[in-house]
Amino acid sequence: MIRSLLLALLIATPAAAQLRVDITQGVSQPMPVAVPGFATPSPAPTAAGNTAALGAQVAGVIANDLKSSGLFRPVGPTDPVGFPQTTNPAYDTWRQASAQALVTGAVEANPDGTITVACYLYDPFAQSQLASEGFRVSPPAWRRAAHKCADKAYTRLTGESGYFDSQIVYISEAGPKTRRIKRLAIMDQDGANHRFLTNGQNLVLTPRFSPNQSRLAYMSFANNRPSLWFYDATTGRHQIAGTFQGTSLSPRFSPDGRFLLMSLIKSGNANIYRMDVASKSLDRLTDGPSIDTSPSYSPDGSKIVFESDRGGTQQLYILNADGSGARRLSFGQGRYATPAWSPRGDLIAFTRIGGGKLRVGVMRPDGGGERLLTDSFADEQPSWSPNGRVLTFFRTPSGGSPPKLMSADLTGLNLRTIPTPLGASDPSWGPLRP
Amino acid sequence: MRATKFALIAGVALAAACAKKPKPADLPPPPPQPAQAAPAEPATPPPADATVTSTNVPGSAEDFKANTRGTMVFFAYDSYDLDGEARSILDSQSTWLAKYPGTRITVSGHADERGTREYNIALGERRADAVKTYLAGKGVAGSSIATISYGKERPLVEGSDEAAWAKNRRAATDIGGPTG
Repeated sequence: MIRSLLLALLIATPAAAQLRVDITQGVSQPMPVAVPGFATPSPAPTAAGNTAALGAQVAGVIANDLKSSGLFRPVGPTDPVGFPQTTNPAYDTWRQASAQALVTGAVEANPDGTITVACYLYDPFAQSQLASEGFRVSPPAWRRAAHKCADKAYTRLTGESGYFDSQIVYISEAGPKTRRIKRLAIMDQDGANHRFLTNGQNLVLTPRFSPNQSRLAYMSFANNRPSLWFYDATTGRHQIAGTFQGTSLSPRFSPDGRFLLMSLIKSGNANIYRMDVASKSLDRLTDGPSIDTSPSYSPDGSKIVFESDRGGTQQLYILNADGSGARRLSFGQGRYATPAWSPRGDLIAFTRIGGGKLRVGVMRPDGGGERLLTDSFADEQPSWSPNGRVLTFFRTPSGGSPPKLMSADLTGLNLRTIPTPLGASDPSWGPLRP
Repeated sequence: MRATKFALIAGVALAAACAKKPKPADLPPPPPQPAQAAPAEPATPPPADATVTSTNVPGSAEDFKANTRGTMVFFAYDSYDLDGEARSILDSQSTWLAKYPGTRITVSGHADERGTREYNIALGERRADAVKTYLAGKGVAGSSIATISYGKERPLVEGSDEAAWAKNRRAATDIGGPTG
């Protein structure tokens, strides 16, 4: 279908063909794309191995990124190309492989110990270069350069910003359900560079990235005082977020990182509060005997969507950022929970509870256009990719088995498991890294 | 009493003998073997203090467990209402607690798995708070009652059926401060 669309475009405007994947409708026929091993101008040792070996690894990461989006299908030879071919591709070869796009490039060692990953995107049928950029990194960070190259290709081919150079923070789970060990963990969005951030001594839950990704907020039961904590990624330090009366939970940063939304529970009554991160001053945004929790800012910071059982059961409500003007958003069957406003602003993802299941869905911020994306025993707590095109959530099977992290696109079609060493829950997708 | 003293002296003497580490040659000759088997000694019952039986001491967690109608109360789905059975259990807890004023207790609230994580933390708090309010109404000092919610993170039993869910929707009263 894409191929025929492309051909139609080629016929219509042969000189300026727009190679473009429309990702809004879901794609059943991924675009064939070739990602041969990257070349090196001269093989040289680096802190992360020889540049020739790195070239093959870089191409592998790029191919995996593009494939995982569900929009692309890697095709053709994966052997490393010769260095001259990075700027002068053998278009015939790639057309024969039916590749509608070619991502190629080279890895070069620099005198200062860094490496440069040169990244090129070509259209083999139009025989034209679509994009190019070089990424200079310290050798151990070579995967980030590969993700940046994949983001470059994705952006040029879809018209959307990328999401491959990003991280996911989540809760690692091990042991029987009645005594499960939960640890804060962080990894690249493809599961690489996995690290544990807590040792499992304390129950920890619901981590969230700050917009500049230097800080995480999460809930910890340390000292048997359930409270929000910060983790500072630059110092590696954990620090209690503030001195709160009652249980604090459900942390979410404002888009500018200045504020942290949370629920505070006093005498069994959960309300939404906004904390100024710098001064630690608290403003109460909701009041009443209901459970108000799981807040999420609109990307412009002007509104907050949250869940409340003020009408009898859990439903979604929208509030102005100053706490005024609450109105109900969800009116469908069942209960609605854990809303997450898309970074694009166009959709709100949620968990819907009904019919003995927890399912992930999306609706517009006006409450219309509701669609359920998953159907399983328990899928919950969606979190958006930085470009608002992919959701991650966690899936718990019935019985005692641990949950796992999943991702799906906006149609629910490209459902994938995100690899983790142990059981996994509460994923929070971080911003695109600078 | 006399037998005990004798045994003690004998023991000391034996220890002293051991301490001297006599060479094998110093050992006394073995006693002469009896020509025929001596008649069996009459059986003697063990002294009354030979066994120690563990028992609940008043005011302990074990005593609380043994002498109340239960340490846990259970709830209906997505509810924090205390039914007749729950109130009866809490009555027995308050009766016990009245005997030991000043005892600190922790009420932990829990939910079954059929709700989202954050909501269930709040629901567990409601359940723990409902128990605290009820006990306080029965005269237990509110300041001696701590509450904590584990939401759906600490189920009592595994399983995804109504029997398991019913056991997991609970509030547990424990003697002492909160424990993880």
